[in-house]
Amino acid sequence: MTEAPFKPRDLSWHPPAFFERYRSTHLRAPQQPLLQMPQTETELTGPTFGQNDLGPLDDDLITNYATPGQSAQGPRIIVHGTLRDEDGRPVPGKLIEVWQANAGGRYRHVNDGYLAPLDDNFGGCGRCLTDADGHYNFRTILPGPYPWPNGGNDWRPAHIHFSVFGDGFAQRLITQMYFEGDPHIALCPIVQAIPSDDAIDRLVARLDMTRTVPMDIRAYRFDIVLRGRNATIFENQREGT
Amino acid sequence: MALKESPSQTAGPYVHIGCAAQTAGLEKRGMGDQLGGQMVPAGQDTVTLAITILDGSGEPVKDALIEIWQAGQNGDYTTSDEFQNWGRQASDLSSGVAHFETLKPGRNGTQASHILVWIVARGINLGLTTRIYFPDEDNTSDPVFRLAGARANTLVASQTHVGYTHTIRLQGANETVFFDV
Ligand SMILES: [Fe+3]
Repeated sequence: MTEAPFKPRDLSWHPPAFFERYRSTHLRAPQQPLLQMPQTETELTGPTFGQNDLGPLDDDLITNYATPGQSAQGPRIIVHGTLRDEDGRPVPGKLIEVWQANAGGRYRHVNDGYLAPLDDNFGGCGRCLTDADGHYNFRTILPGPYPWPNGGNDWRPAHIHFSVFGDGFAQRLITQMYFEGDPHIALCPIVQAIPSDDAIDRLVARLDMTRTVPMDIRAYRFDIVLRGRNATIFENQREGT
Repeated sequence: MALKESPSQTAGPYVHIGCAAQTAGLEKRGMGDQLGGQMVPAGQDTVTLAITILDGSGEPVKDALIEIWQAGQNGDYTTSDEFQNWGRQASDLSSGVAHFETLKPGRNGTQASHILVWIVARGINLGLTTRIYFPDEDNTSDPVFRLAGARANTLVASQTHVGYTHTIRLQGANETVFFDV
């Protein structure tokens, strides 16, 4: 084990465990504060993945559940960006998994009974690895907003769920990507549980005309940041001598 | 360049679509294989680790996704053909129990045998990290176990005839210790 520990997580930047307006947190938020511990080899390491773990269509949600020759319904989009750590270094070779509702706001999930119809050509599941420059890319359709039970008239902004692996389990992250200009962002308790507008803004993807393909598909850019590393004690000692 | 970590958001109730597609009810079609389901090659002996998460009303959480990360029997984290150190299972949608077929980890340096457990679900805004220790090991000198003090008992699994069972309590008198790693 030679890697330096990860920088402490700024918990005030993340949504708190308990958030009054997000009802599902009420019985699921731990009531004791998290117990601080030093990172050990267990937290500094994590699983690695390779191209062999993925199928050839995993990064294309437009076709990976479709009957051959057909495609999912909805506005066609590319979602891409760079995975970096807090020190600005690209993080290559990492697994990114995404899942989302279809264009009508319905998930292909046994527990989702929303009125909007399923699209027989859309599963809503995708995966890719970041390349040598930390860049990732997949094709999908624009997900629809959907209502959810939270005690009132609550609608999720259009969003794509992201699961991201880093070098170590201490960097493991799940988040959501939103789309710029969506008025539901300001109304959604799940989004607004994030304490600052600045932090929320990091989850809002921008229309990217530089990657938009004429007469084919629009692009959105969404960059992701994982925890950075502390300088190692060893390096500090070297600097001092 | 100093950046801030992307803020966390809940995995929501449909996390299975992206991370445990069979549980969601997806057909395979053009997609690759589900990841994390098999830690030990078929036909080899395993220990069964059954994890149940309880919410503040004592009800099982039935829509969680649980990942474990652990050393192999030799105590190290080098994945081999014989053992994948990473496993991922959904809580069963009806019973709430998540089953892992794994190996008991060896000691790692000064650390007693332990398994890192990472939990995401609807209503959990930032993934929860805890550990599982073993009832048939001496945990008293383990530096992380000691940090938990009087609450360390919430980290110890129970033995069964096929392996171990462990209950994680999100709230209440015996709330499980969760770590800020
Ligand atoms: Fe969602």
